[in-house]
Amino acid sequence: MTMEKPVKISIRHLYKIFGDNPKAALADVLAGMSKSELLAKRQHVLGLSDINIDMRQGETTVIMGLSGSGKSTLIRHFNRLIEPTSGEVLVDGTDVLSLDEGRLRDLRRKTMSMVFQKFALLPHHTVLANAGMAQATQGVPRASWEPEAQRWLERVGLGGYGTRYPHQLSGGMQQRVGIARALTSNSGIMLMDEAFSALDPLIRTDMQDLLIELQRELHKTIIFISHDLDEALKLADHLVILKDGIVVQQGEPQHILLNPSDPYIEAFIGDINRARVLRVRSVMTDDLTSDDIAGQVNADDNLEHVLALSGGDATRRYRVMRGDKPVGTLEMAALIRALVPKRAA
Amino acid sequence: MASYDGLFKFLGLTDWCSGGDQGSGPMSMAALLAQTKGGSEEAGSFWSMPLPSLDNLHAACAAFPQTRDLTLGLERAFLSARDVLRVVLDPLTQPLSWMLREMIWLMTATPWFIMLPLLLALTWLVSRSWSVVGLVAAALVTLAFVDHYTEAMQTLAIIFVCAFICVLFGVPIGIAMSRSDRLQRIMTPILDMLQTLPAFVYLIPLIFLFSVTEPKLYGIAIILYAIVPVIRLTDLGIRLVDRDVIEAADAFGMTKRQKLFGVQIPLALPNIMAGVNQTIMMSLAMVVIASLVSAPGLGVLVLRGIRNLELGVGLVAGFGIVLLAIILDRVTKASLARLDASKSSRRGA
Ligand SMILES: Nc1ncnc2c1ncn2[C@@H]1O[C@H](COP(=O)(O)OP(=O)(O)O)[C@@H](O)[C@H]1O
Ligand SMILES: [Mg+2]
Repeated sequence: MTMEKPVKISIRHLYKIFGDNPKAALADVLAGMSKSELLAKRQHVLGLSDINIDMRQGETTVIMGLSGSGKSTLIRHFNRLIEPTSGEVLVDGTDVLSLDEGRLRDLRRKTMSMVFQKFALLPHHTVLANAGMAQATQGVPRASWEPEAQRWLERVGLGGYGTRYPHQLSGGMQQRVGIARALTSNSGIMLMDEAFSALDPLIRTDMQDLLIELQRELHKTIIFISHDLDEALKLADHLVILKDGIVVQQGEPQHILLNPSDPYIEAFIGDINRARVLRVRSVMTDDLTSDDIAGQVNADDNLEHVLALSGGDATRRYRVMRGDKPVGTLEMAALIRALVPKRAA
Repeated sequence: MASYDGLFKFLGLTDWCSGGDQGSGPMSMAALLAQTKGGSEEAGSFWSMPLPSLDNLHAACAAFPQTRDLTLGLERAFLSARDVLRVVLDPLTQPLSWMLREMIWLMTATPWFIMLPLLLALTWLVSRSWSVVGLVAAALVTLAFVDHYTEAMQTLAIIFVCAFICVLFGVPIGIAMSRSDRLQRIMTPILDMLQTLPAFVYLIPLIFLFSVTEPKLYGIAIILYAIVPVIRLTDLGIRLVDRDVIEAADAFGMTKRQKLFGVQIPLALPNIMAGVNQTIMMSLAMVVIASLVSAPGLGVLVLRGIRNLELGVGLVAGFGIVLLAIILDRVTKASLARLDASKSSRRGA
């Protein structure tokens, strides 16, 4: 696989407890009290428990979990909209929790931007002013931010809408403004809390494609929250699965699909079309010596494509290529085994 | 013989009672009545037992004060505090007297052929609606035609000054309340009290504090009464601003100031303006009552109608007040609607 990129954001032993006396409750949690016990005995909500995640520069990390699993709570720790009960949030090696008010504001203005589920645009400002909000907040004069805001509006396909007001736009268009607003801030990190969940399925697919396209040229560090596995698999370089405030598994999405560590994840991935999601690279072997090759496939092809290619013949064997370089061999038998949902070890 | 003699005897308090200067206080009505009846029915039956009020207890035990001692005491306490209060309040409120006097002078001394177009221009400026301007013109011309022009201008002048001061203080107080739950808890009962107290009750302590000839007397009464809605609706408006938008403002690193002036106040403006509308309407209501304490204007004519039983005078002046109420309401509502339309339906998402 490609070279590991440097870690951009690192979450270390992060705990968040909601209640009147979270510090005292933390002691109980560290002593092993469960979420339900904590709620029953101490009336505190265990929001997040011992979260450890490394997010690499230029990658999209998707945090997935059911509603109430703590996703929004977690992402709001990155720019300290929520204060943790204990733990560290390191951005480029600096603990966000050590920042004073002014430096925290700087971080929010220049290092991170955020896209919201309900768009959260300023309703009394035009689309253009919304797109330029980050720079206007920094005190950049209007004449300087306007062309840039306009450029990003054009980039997300809203070039002609600068003078409109948010309520005159459809949901999908409003979220495009939300993305333009985040991009105009020129921050390296984008936090996206269920950014596409409020949109219709077709629009959602469009927006996912837009994000992938933007990411291909911009290489931002994206933290994307989702409760939709298809969306997560489509966008994620690194997938984190959250349940009741605990990370149950994280890693390369294909790896999680093939090796679920928990019955919860099995249930989660049980319904997806494995042939469409799994890629050749995840089921091939490194072996380049075998002969009797039926043809060539690309390492990033999905299994559905290979199945169609083989015409259903389970005995064939393909050479796997990345560009024009052979990188391995794919046995149809292995492919078919990969299509059978795995039980947790 | 008073009904509660037995009680004090029973409690062994007879000595303490007679320690009080027997009968030095003015005689209460009950005592007088008892005397005239000659105390014929000894201590009375259970059914004729009087209320254990101060006066009745005093009849049995002289150490108890009478109710008139209480009112007298209050009055004396208030009078002794008055000088201190005056030293503090007089200079603070002096600008109000000055503003009211000057504004009334300005609006009545300016020739009508300048004043009326000026008022109509102001109407156009805030409402941007010709129909509202037309309505205001019709109302003012009607008032002028029946020789109520000067009184109407006096009333309007008082309302302008008082509403301006209400907004000047009310909006910042409302903003402060929206930012602190504690302040809100403290202020809410005060505002409730200001709003529920009958308007007359304000006047009583104010009459003692300031001389009746000074305009600030009625100015303060009007402001205290009318400031409540603008405070409440500013507080409410800011608290009702969409939390997601506030979160976005935080996430993009806005300072508290940027958030307040760039997001919270603009988004709360429709509510604040609704508060201003109510404040103006309540000022009008109070300015009529304040004519009791020498506030000039249409209220004086209403009062004359009541005092001298001049039915016609009172009715015409009352009709003039209704006209003023209508145009003030229309103009402020029109400006509110304009605000909503020009900045779009801000609550729509
Ligand atoms: N301010 C709060 N006070 C108490 N409990 C909270 C608070 N915020 C979130 N929670 C709880 O934390 C859990 C996670 O919430 P959230 O992060 O919003 O979940 P998600 O975004 O995954 O749906 C939920 O059980 C929620 O009730
Ligand atoms: Mg959420």
